[in-house]
Amino acid sequence: MFPQSQLRDNEAELIRSVRDGEREAFYELVHPYERMVYATAISVVKNPADAEEVAQEAVLKAFSNLATFRAESKFSTWLLQITYNEARMKLRKVRSHLYEAIDDSQPSEDADYWPKDFADWRPIPSELFERDEVRRAIQNATNSLSRTYREVFVLRDVQNLSTKETATILGISEGAVKIRLLRARLQMRDTLAPGIDGSWVNGQEYRKARPW
Amino acid sequence: MATIEISCAEVWREISNYLDGEISPEMRERMEAHFKVCAHCKAVLDGTRNVVGLVGDGRLFQMPEGFNKRLYKKIQGLP
Repeated sequence: MFPQSQLRDNEAELIRSVRDGEREAFYELVHPYERMVYATAISVVKNPADAEEVAQEAVLKAFSNLATFRAESKFSTWLLQITYNEARMKLRKVRSHLYEAIDDSQPSEDADYWPKDFADWRPIPSELFERDEVRRAIQNATNSLSRTYREVFVLRDVQNLSTKETATILGISEGAVKIRLLRARLQMRDTLAPGIDGSWVNGQEYRKARPW
Repeated sequence: MATIEISCAEVWREISNYLDGEISPEMRERMEAHFKVCAHCKAVLDGTRNVVGLVGDGRLFQMPEGFNKRLYKKIQGLP
């Protein structure tokens, strides 16, 4: 049914069942990817309520269009492509009600990015993430990235997708993924340095250490 | 042959590829030589690695409560 299939073991079977009319099988098929669908949506629209709407619309669209899925890509990549497109559409709809476009800054990708300061960072304990304060700060830092950087950052670093998958989902080149990821990571470091280097880990105030 | 020196700006341009292991062995060697003598770039490297480590466990975005149930219902309700 799927020559050169990229599908996981049971996915081909589940897709066959869905095409035979078993709706439960579709739920089983998409269930492992719900979190990814939601994270992809929120990386574009930012707001949790809009992200849920987008995520659910995307899943329903995947159901209606399952006949067009050819398994030349992974099922997850196809599903996230649909999600990304839905999210972009949602963003356009929201914006059409506003006079001013929000968060549409398309930063230049030619100029070099200079990290802001250089205080020493030690490796940090992963339990840090358990703290609400830390998680909120990371979310805020992620939200403060411009959209094009945030999308790449969420797909690559939050969801651990490959450069190639990220490029396919966003419809950009692998080179563009790498450049945007670099900017996003450096900006995230700049924003989070005071917490991670200072108050979160050792309870002390962050001391900037600039080389010049 | 001696390792060719590299500037801080060049290091920053490649730091993300370095973390992902997507650079040539020569570039890796040049960058590692640089990190040994440049505390600032080493701090940028460690900090960036920490960011990637912190966000990479998938828990950054909590799903809204009841998401699954609502989705399941919608799938059931499809024509």
